Amino acid sequence: MTVTEDPAAAEVAPEREIGKARRRKEDARLITGRTTWTDNMVLPGMLHLAVVRSPVAHGKITNVDVSAALEAPGVVAVYTGRDLADEQGSIPCAWPVTADMVNPGHPSIAVEEVNHVGEAVAVIVARSRSAAADAIELVDVDYDLLPPVLDMEQAVKGEADLCHDHIESNTAYHFVFDAGEAGTGGDTEQAFADADVVVSRRFVNQRLIPAFMEPRSVVVQPQGDNFTMWSATQIPHVLRVMLAMVTGVPEHKLRVVAPDVGGGFGGKLQVNPEEVIALLIARRLGKPVKWTETRSESLMAAHHGRDQIQYIDVASDREGNVKGLRVRILADMGAYLRLITPGVPALGAFMFPGIYKFPAYRFECDGIFTNKVPTDAYRGAGRPEATFAVERIMDELAVELGMDPLELRRKNWIQAQEFPFTTVAGLEYDSGDYDAATQQALELLGYQELREEQRRRRESNDPVQLGIGFSTFTEMCGLAPSRVLGSLSYGAGGWETASIRMLPTGKVEVVTGSTPHGQGHETAWSQLVADQLGVPFEDVEVLHGDTAVSHKGMDTYGSRSLVVGGTAVVKAADKVIEKARKVAAHLLEANEDDLEFSAGKFTVRGTPGTALSIQEIALAVFAAHNYPEDIEPSIDADATFDPVNFSFPHGTHVCAMEVDTETGFVKIRKYACVDDVGTIVNPLIVEGQVHGGLAQGIAQALYEEAVYDADGNLTTGTFVDYLVPSAADLPHFDTGNTVHVAPGNPIGAKGVGEAGCIASTPAVVNAALDAVRHLGVRDIRMPLTPERVWRAIHQGGDGGDRATAGTNAYGGASTESTAGVSTPASSLGGDL
Amino acid sequence: MTQVSMRVDGVTYTDEVEPRTLLVHHLREALGKVGTVVGCDTSNCGACTVHLDGQAVKSCTVFAVQADGAEVTTIEGIGSAGDLHPVQKAFHEMHGLQCGYCTPGMIMASIDLLKENPNPSETEVREGIEGNLCRCTGYQNIVRAVQQAAGEMAGRSDTLGAQA
Amino acid sequence: MIPAPFEYARPTTVDEALQAVAAGGEDVKIMAGGQSLIPVMRLRLAAPSTVVDLGRVAEMRGVREDGDALVIGAMTTHAEVLTDPLIAQHAKLIAEATETVADRQTRRRGTFGGALAHADPAGDLPAVALALDAEMVIAGPNGRRTVPASEFFVDYLTTALDEGEILVEIRVPKLAGEWGVRYEKFNRVAQAWSIVAVAAAVRRENGHIAEARIGLTNMGPTPLRASATEAALSGAAASADAVAAAARSAAEGTSPSSDLNAQADYREHLAQVLTRRAVAAAAGL
Repeated sequence: MTVTEDPAAAEVAPEREIGKARRRKEDARLITGRTTWTDNMVLPGMLHLAVVRSPVAHGKITNVDVSAALEAPGVVAVYTGRDLADEQGSIPCAWPVTADMVNPGHPSIAVEEVNHVGEAVAVIVARSRSAAADAIELVDVDYDLLPPVLDMEQAVKGEADLCHDHIESNTAYHFVFDAGEAGTGGDTEQAFADADVVVSRRFVNQRLIPAFMEPRSVVVQPQGDNFTMWSATQIPHVLRVMLAMVTGVPEHKLRVVAPDVGGGFGGKLQVNPEEVIALLIARRLGKPVKWTETRSESLMAAHHGRDQIQYIDVASDREGNVKGLRVRILADMGAYLRLITPGVPALGAFMFPGIYKFPAYRFECDGIFTNKVPTDAYRGAGRPEATFAVERIMDELAVELGMDPLELRRKNWIQAQEFPFTTVAGLEYDSGDYDAATQQALELLGYQELREEQRRRRESNDPVQLGIGFSTFTEMCGLAPSRVLGSLSYGAGGWETASIRMLPTGKVEVVTGSTPHGQGHETAWSQLVADQLGVPFEDVEVLHGDTAVSHKGMDTYGSRSLVVGGTAVVKAADKVIEKARKVAAHLLEANEDDLEFSAGKFTVRGTPGTALSIQEIALAVFAAHNYPEDIEPSIDADATFDPVNFSFPHGTHVCAMEVDTETGFVKIRKYACVDDVGTIVNPLIVEGQVHGGLAQGIAQALYEEAVYDADGNLTTGTFVDYLVPSAADLPHFDTGNTVHVAPGNPIGAKGVGEAGCIASTPAVVNAALDAVRHLGVRDIRMPLTPERVWRAIHQGGDGGDRATAGTNAYGGASTESTAGVSTPASSLGGDL
Repeated sequence: MTQVSMRVDGVTYTDEVEPRTLLVHHLREALGKVGTVVGCDTSNCGACTVHLDGQAVKSCTVFAVQADGAEVTTIEGIGSAGDLHPVQKAFHEMHGLQCGYCTPGMIMASIDLLKENPNPSETEVREGIEGNLCRCTGYQNIVRAVQQAAGEMAGRSDTLGAQA
Repeated sequence: MIPAPFEYARPTTVDEALQAVAAGGEDVKIMAGGQSLIPVMRLRLAAPSTVVDLGRVAEMRGVREDGDALVIGAMTTHAEVLTDPLIAQHAKLIAEATETVADRQTRRRGTFGGALAHADPAGDLPAVALALDAEMVIAGPNGRRTVPASEFFVDYLTTALDEGEILVEIRVPKLAGEWGVRYEKFNRVAQAWSIVAVAAAVRRENGHIAEARIGLTNMGPTPLRASATEAALSGAAASADAVAAAARSAAEGTSPSSDLNAQADYREHLAQVLTRRAVAAAAGL
């Protein structure tokens, strides 16, 4: 290649970055193993923590004897709940959804009683990881057992045992949204009274475990009265504020760093007891400490998700025009309220009407305490539960009316020309075209052919039946307008912040408050800034995840990063340009109004040949020899963006499912989906997010469930029994997009992180049911284990409860809920 | 304590270890090979996959003493930023990773698969990496990456060279 | 998790191994591939005081012919079994079942003998060994003895191996005549243990089924033979109907457990369906 001086070539605008399938900047270190996971961190004098956990679900602690553990080699200290009682406070709950919500308090280490298996009762501090692990079994804890509360429907009965005896019932709160009362819809009771058809169902949205691949880990280093915490967290900023409030370590003395974080899916959107414990112990000992969980600890003690029993009624006329929706929910809080435990079902409250024009809607939710690990955010948080319920009940209504499920949906969904549309739940849906997405999805699937095959299999009474299921969904993303959060009693805002620093050499540092844990912010934000400032993609570096670098932010969850955080970046870039404009005008001796900014350069209208790039201006401002008198010598800028509305991605997901009626085995034959996530900044990342979401949503339908036995032991306590699907268990996905830009942000993006996970679950279940409805099956409970499917086909009902014993793999390893405690039964025979 | 000597990514290390030390902990904690990670304790997730004498194994299910005298290759030993292994390159090109935690194990398992089956079908790739769990990608782009790498390793590197 | 501390012995011959086991006392564990033992130790469900690692006992590795039998060294890995030409020729059922064991990495370390001696009823190879009438060659302080598979699997994770003994090799009779085989495994995700599986070997003669051998995985605390079905198939017509009729008795005499994946009655049902499918496939129907 030769160097060209052709001015015409130089004038060619660089290719737009937005929309380009840029390979990720993040990958270089991840594919070569040059990563900075929290557990990689080693500090001089660092001590290791191991947590002694309760083997019982409910009991009073009568004695904790740590003497033997203290004598063990390498053990430096052992702390019990009593030792830390005065300083540990309570794990914070930021979302008191009702004024009278009852919060029983959540000690990081149990002091007087334990309320779930796996709750921390003591902490070993030792010189090595193995010494700490060895001492766990030397701690002797006595419990007075109390009856465990495990079943929500039992727990709300008058005579039920109590999960917490210092509060009056097992109900944390009763949350109601009534469209009639809110003025967003008609009278729901009247709508049902007047309806031709009412269909009622009870759905179980089972308890799931986020199962991020990187186990949680935290390192705390004290430096004088300052503390630095590295944690595998989604929310370093929120964590810092909360830890300061809980522990009394002043906020300005605490720095929190989220280095490379190996997935979260909501599971690392938490103020973990172990983070509090690590900070308190580092403060006590003045030494750096590390805690890294094992997988079995993670499954047992990190928060779970979902877990609702949903009673849902739909009212309609004979022609299939829906008239009302009524939802009552029991939502399992688990034993305590963690960061947004109570808010998850409340967030879902507004999504039950889905994409349909229900004229009346009432939602009631009871948050219930049980002696299980707390629930909290898991990919979708409230919205998958709502979407599942409405997409399942629409199929049930279609069956009742003898209508095609798609025809019923089409009859009731919001038409493209009706946007923006205010729903019966009071949300203003921004943009979209449900029909277009549906048409495209049907083509991707090869719908007609599969329907034909379904008919053939049915006629020939093939042992393998075929079904097709739909989910035409929307979700609320871009969390969140701060004023709306305020109206829902959430304890914080939903804005996001960004800074842009123009370095002297023309390179650009972007500081974002939205902390990634695998999404690809570094790449996408670079694309945004490259377009906005007209600088090369490679010249942009994105900084994040360290409160000393990025001093404020609301972090990453709720498909908010691009929509809110990306917008803050764009707005900061706009401010940089405006600041630079003054300098450019000064240096080019032109009037600001005569300057044009394009492709990274200021030019003077009508004066060809004069140009000054924003990167040159950065150097000029650094030198600061010559700049306008009325400004500071800087073109750096900050912006904070607080959205006015949510964004509403939507899409149509279609699943074709084969059901082996002899064994109950289900197998996805084909899966197609078309999502509208607004503007696509990086199609590669968007597709990847959809794929990953699909895997998790399908896994809820088919594989995953956190199961507790009658004593409150988690029997899915390892990956042997908690079935995260592998590549061999999932199908190829055919994905597509329609694009209707989001009017609520300058990028036009709607959010994509949760779409696949929210949409897919009901499509899969509807498909399985469609395959076997003619055999008399009305419902099958998730996950659709082969046994449940077989029972539903051959014995009726919804497949029923599963046996709670773990498999006998590894000699029944999974039934041992307290990893680290060996029992007489655990000595095995045989040579392996 | 038992003395073990092993060649890891081309360097020989001799250390005293407790027999109970898992190979993965030895790699991470004694040798600083933190590119290899631990994701579970039941040998299900495969994040810790390395090559032991040229074969993919789960280093959380091998004691360091068992690797005495062996050649170990980790994710840190197969390529570098300027000289990536074709499988590393393909994971990047095809967006076969998100958070990246499973990636070292995925890549090491994929290399092993391709050694045995240089031209795997989609199903063969899916079955070939069944011992590695990923929570982010839904696997589709991982499958694409493995197939793309297979193509490159089969000798289409000249085309790529021309493009570069 | 980190296993509890233990003493480690790494013999290089069977004799050394026997000595190490004897010296290890009551709390000794013999480690073959370690693919089940190490996870159990990491979870601290087992905490042996001594681990005798057979990994360097070269004489326990490999497959050879000995007249009408194949002799498979106990320390032959699953991966080696899969590529062994003798197994491919004379014991295809073993290869078919081995292919379904766990995953690629685990098959690199896990061994044929280890899987049998571990005697996990959900493991795939015990039922195969039982169906093929394999014989276990056991070395002990007092020399060697041979135990037929039918007597080897005693109870859940318990075999006929006495204290101080080691399973050194497995003799598998070659199948003479026109045999077809099938390992029909049923599980929920790819790398999981079998909920139920059926190992079938069927010999056809003149349009009839001359002989069928059927091993059941995870239908009780030990692997089992579907004896009633085998009897019904002996001399039966090689037809789908005959196979289906015979398979209806596949669960006779079984005592499956109930767990997350399946309750006992469902396992019994699966045994029938999978037996029908396995036998039909093995018989080429």
